[in-house]
Amino acid sequence: MSILPYIDIGLALLVVGIAGTTIAARDQFAAVVGYVAYGLLLAFVWIRLYAPDVALTEAAVGSGVTGVLLITAGKRLGALKNPAPEAQPPLTLKLLIGVLAVLVAGALGAAILLLPDPPPSLAPEAAAAADSAGAGLGNPITAVLMSYRSFDTMLEKLVLILAVVGVWSVGADKAWGSAPAELRQPKATAPMVFLAQMLAPVGMLIGIHIFWTGANAPGGAFQGGALLAAMWMVIMMAQLAKLPRIDAQWLRVALVSGPAVFLIFGLAGEVTAGSFFAYPHSLAKPIILFIEAFMVLSITAALPMLVAGPPSERPDR
Amino acid sequence: MITLLNVFSITAISAGAFFFFAGTVGLLRFPDSLSRLHALTKADTLGLGLVALGLLPRADSALSALKLIVIWALVLLSAASTAQLIGRALRQSRR
Repeated sequence: MSILPYIDIGLALLVVGIAGTTIAARDQFAAVVGYVAYGLLLAFVWIRLYAPDVALTEAAVGSGVTGVLLITAGKRLGALKNPAPEAQPPLTLKLLIGVLAVLVAGALGAAILLLPDPPPSLAPEAAAAADSAGAGLGNPITAVLMSYRSFDTMLEKLVLILAVVGVWSVGADKAWGSAPAELRQPKATAPMVFLAQMLAPVGMLIGIHIFWTGANAPGGAFQGGALLAAMWMVIMMAQLAKLPRIDAQWLRVALVSGPAVFLIFGLAGEVTAGSFFAYPHSLAKPIILFIEAFMVLSITAALPMLVAGPPSERPDR
Repeated sequence: MITLLNVFSITAISAGAFFFFAGTVGLLRFPDSLSRLHALTKADTLGLGLVALGLLPRADSALSALKLIVIWALVLLSAASTAQLIGRALRQSRR
């Protein structure tokens, strides 16, 4: 008899329980903490489903970076003056909202319950395609991401850049071009500086390792990039490095470098391999790693900029 | 020899699990944030250290054993630092 099914059931109950608490929490901070815990538990679920790649992404991005983003957003919202309590919405509106919510939930549930058996899957096709084009990559996930659905992967990075542009464009006209406000005010404390000095070098090494090992084992550009981004945030929180001005040339080049390099190689594939976003068979692995290196750079630049927020108009900068 | 190593693993991991349990009880039962912090960091660092120690003889290779130690060291570093940060924030909010 194995104990694993019981662990799985316990894990599932925990995830559902935490999800419920997160939604029901009246306090903003408690909800964010619940969300982070939910993400970490979800990472365990992915590990139990034999998807360590997804688990890494969930832990790094879904829980870690999003958690920081939500905490910062919550702090900024809390700093705003409380708006006057609005009048209660009328009962008909509440009912309408409830009915619509039930409809959406019902449609989603029906879609899952009415799946044909066996469910339609692109997995065999993707595996076959990844085998041919992602030759030399031991990790089929990376092969699928970078070769079978490379266009989607590039667009995902574009979405990140669009999000950064969106955040920046919320800043005041006067502040345009200046740096975002410091992540930690007014001054970093000694433990924070110590943590950054000790953790950042090791964390950067691990981030690069996760990217590099992604070719053959669980890992990859997004996971490695998220870790590097976290290290950059830690350094900026300890004020060991200043936040960059948003009109800095190097920052903008770093932001677009991932999708740009991806697109250049994709277009080159038309000539060298006979199709858009195809790679010559013998060079597939070095090309994929080369593109991924720039994607890591883009992600490392984009995620902290999302957290840092719009440029601030303080006169001292 | 194998039995001896197994006994060592089981003892260390059980002791680690006990410290996790004690830390959790402290986290739930202690009256104020500073004591809860004390329970959490002390018990968790020791608990994880014992679990890692118990897993060392079961590692496939020297490299994975090293990874276990690195994981423990990283948790040690971040737990100790964040405990300091939280403690400082508590003291400032009390003033």
